[in-house]
Amino acid sequence: MRIESVKSLNSLADEVRREQKKQSIEILVCAGTGCIANGSLEVAESLERSISRRKLDVKLKLGVKRTGCHGFCEKGPLVVIQPAGIFYKGVRAKDVKEIVEKTLEGGEIIKRLLYRDPLAKKKVETYKEIPFYNRQHRIALRNIGKIDPADIDDYIAQGGYQGLARALTSMEPEGVIDAIDKSGLRGRGGGGFPTGRKWRTCRNAPDEPRYVLCNADEGDPGAFMDRSICEGDPHVVIEGMVIGAYAVGAASGFIYVRDEYPLAVVNLARAITDARERGLLGDDILGSAFSYDVEIARGGGAFVCGESSALMRSVAGEVGEPRSKYVHSVIKGLYNKPTVLNNVETWANVPWIITEGAEAFGALGTGKSTGTKAFSLVGKVKNTGLVEVPMGITLREIIFDIGGGIIGDRPFKGVQTGGPSGGCLPESELDLPVDFDSLTSKGSMMGSGGMIVMDDQTCMVDVARYFLKFLVDESCGKSVLCREGVNQLWLMLEDICAGKGKKGDIEKIEALSDAIAKASLCALGKSAPNPVLSTLRYFRDEYESHIKKKHCPAGICKDLFKFKISKEKCTGCEVCATACPVDCITGEKKKLHKIENKKCTRCGACRNVCLFDAVEVVR
Amino acid sequence: MSEKTINLEINGRFFQAGLGETVLGVARREGIEIPTLCHHDALEPFGSCRLCVVEITHKDWKGWTGLVTACLYPVEEGLQVTTDNAEIATVRKTVLDLLLARCPGSDLIRRLAAAHGVTRTSYKKPPHPTTCILCGMCVRVCAAKGVHAIGTSGRGIEKKIAIPFRQAPPDCIGCASCAHICPTDTIRCEDTDTVRSDGSGGVRKIWGHSFEMAMCDTCGKPILPRKQMEYEAARSGLDESYFTVCASCSQAKTFKTIGSAFDMGGVE
Repeated sequence: MRIESVKSLNSLADEVRREQKKQSIEILVCAGTGCIANGSLEVAESLERSISRRKLDVKLKLGVKRTGCHGFCEKGPLVVIQPAGIFYKGVRAKDVKEIVEKTLEGGEIIKRLLYRDPLAKKKVETYKEIPFYNRQHRIALRNIGKIDPADIDDYIAQGGYQGLARALTSMEPEGVIDAIDKSGLRGRGGGGFPTGRKWRTCRNAPDEPRYVLCNADEGDPGAFMDRSICEGDPHVVIEGMVIGAYAVGAASGFIYVRDEYPLAVVNLARAITDARERGLLGDDILGSAFSYDVEIARGGGAFVCGESSALMRSVAGEVGEPRSKYVHSVIKGLYNKPTVLNNVETWANVPWIITEGAEAFGALGTGKSTGTKAFSLVGKVKNTGLVEVPMGITLREIIFDIGGGIIGDRPFKGVQTGGPSGGCLPESELDLPVDFDSLTSKGSMMGSGGMIVMDDQTCMVDVARYFLKFLVDESCGKSVLCREGVNQLWLMLEDICAGKGKKGDIEKIEALSDAIAKASLCALGKSAPNPVLSTLRYFRDEYESHIKKKHCPAGICKDLFKFKISKEKCTGCEVCATACPVDCITGEKKKLHKIENKKCTRCGACRNVCLFDAVEVVR
Repeated sequence: MSEKTINLEINGRFFQAGLGETVLGVARREGIEIPTLCHHDALEPFGSCRLCVVEITHKDWKGWTGLVTACLYPVEEGLQVTTDNAEIATVRKTVLDLLLARCPGSDLIRRLAAAHGVTRTSYKKPPHPTTCILCGMCVRVCAAKGVHAIGTSGRGIEKKIAIPFRQAPPDCIGCASCAHICPTDTIRCEDTDTVRSDGSGGVRKIWGHSFEMAMCDTCGKPILPRKQMEYEAARSGLDESYFTVCASCSQAKTFKTIGSAFDMGGVE
């Protein structure tokens, strides 16, 4: 059914809300990629079956909703029972019978399925009490986990498409740009360019037609903010894009989404079809005479295609290689026409800014970085998952309060922000406010919001080597400095990690990095030396140890250390000997164990299993 | 070229340029040397070799300077360009040092590197050195001719100039523009002009093809592949016979015509 006007949009929203209120209990089952992999769809099916079989009390009308990612992926599959907000983690299909009998019928909470707060050291019953959630401030992720992404009416009932309605009926296109400008919104994809300014330049560009695109080619390893939005709340992206198209005067556009995100492709495609059917995309949107339509362009998963000019070439069917942007894509972008490209998270903020006001957005965050930012918090941290926090929050708050600290309470060593071409920050920078400019000033960057936490058993030279290898593989190969230079940097790190480092290597790395950063063609090349430069800045002693002492202090580079069992700490529990895959650990029960170094492959299995931290790294 | 209305400064000298000109274009026109490897006047600028970096600034930029590629940077009013300084020299040296590691056997790279003070590379040589510098001129000239027979495959260090599915590309017309434009003579093209008694026999071998050559109507020497002749004729609308006289015979004919016009007081 087509929605012809704002009035009918509002009455539809009221109607859906009335229907939803009739349900006294609502069960939300996470159907994000992480939870699906852990079997959440079986949980949802089993819940639906047993609820219908039992013909539960008439008053107890249940709805099982397959929502998008709740963010707390590590604990999945997640089930939330509303309105009480009971939060169950790690739910399996075999738990369903108990949930129905005890919780739904008996009102009893199943302790076994509750989340245990590692800091307070107690189990918590509801969503709101979990520090992982209650320290967050969700704007871009506001609907994810609450709505059914496959149901446009659910989005509308949550206030969806109200931003579009307001923009189309009570704002001039320039007024929309003014509002975005005033909110201080900056691009969430990495560059941090002011969104309002980008839109205005495009609107004022003399050429036509103009295009409005969405970058859903999230390619940073370990980052999944944009994927979760596309999967869990696809309509917010579409609504943002239509508002943007109205502001700059575009009639068509594309969502460029990587094909490795199959669920995002399916959910976005469905959302586009539903929005067209409802008249929220296409001709004469909400009876306003404004028309805009969007198509999905599927990317082959090249990292470089997240770069704007490469993305636009790829959409146009050419090889995904960047070009020099001396003429910006807002002037000459897709098909050489004025083009606005924003990433998924940026678009997801737009409807909120229009409905809640630029001031409300600007009030969050810090001076030049307003609003919130979504991060995917991963690595050696207790609570991994998707978090959205106000800009300006410190790294310490994210890692230790929301993230719950380091796994096994080991010492914190560094955090890598900004994706492969970001940088690593050490413990001394933990109180750094997380915003665009602070991160850049310390040699890292915001990037799209990946955050990888590392403990003391991480070798920073190895980390730099890992990210450089990623960039070597993902360089498009157009510019000599990026193609040949980054590869040579990686080869030098390979040598250093293998104990073949020479005096002068660090200086050589720095000089080559400088040339690459200054004169590469695109942002990927220019930022490619960041992993090595930032680790050199903060962990230079580790490089020196590798080169001069031929020793890897973290015990990662296999040629540069030995394992030794500490006389003082070993209890003779035999766990390490059992874990050793090459049987090189000997020792009697309750007596000191020994590692035979000739046989040892430095796999680290003994260190991982030892409960007493008795396996030490020596030269 | 539009009217020269843009004033810019290169190495302290003032020049006028037209809208749409690039820094490289103006510099070369004025005899200022900027090295390039991937640039050709007949092709769109590409910006891959990074050798033509120059420093730019402007009196309104509050002291900000930046390195840009001269081949792509459009001229603008008041632009101040420096085509050589210590920083630029370091970048060019690094580029050539890296290319020398990649292409130790290329005369062009060896010569250019030596001219920039690099006689031995400081980087690791790959296990399989090549002479291809991936300037992409072959692919671009093929596209500019409207043929699109060759392209690139892979990316990063694995990137190669490639033919689809490693098979003789069906679209290739044998024009050999790719081989002629290649600055390091990497693309192999062999012409055999043994002509048999029946007038056939000239062959051009390129990209796995063996193209039969069209012969000159007058002297019988091979001129161009028959497939290219058909392609050019269809594209230009000219008759195929236009292509079947070789350049020297065509020239001789013209001279003869002019000569007889003077001798006889009229045209034949």
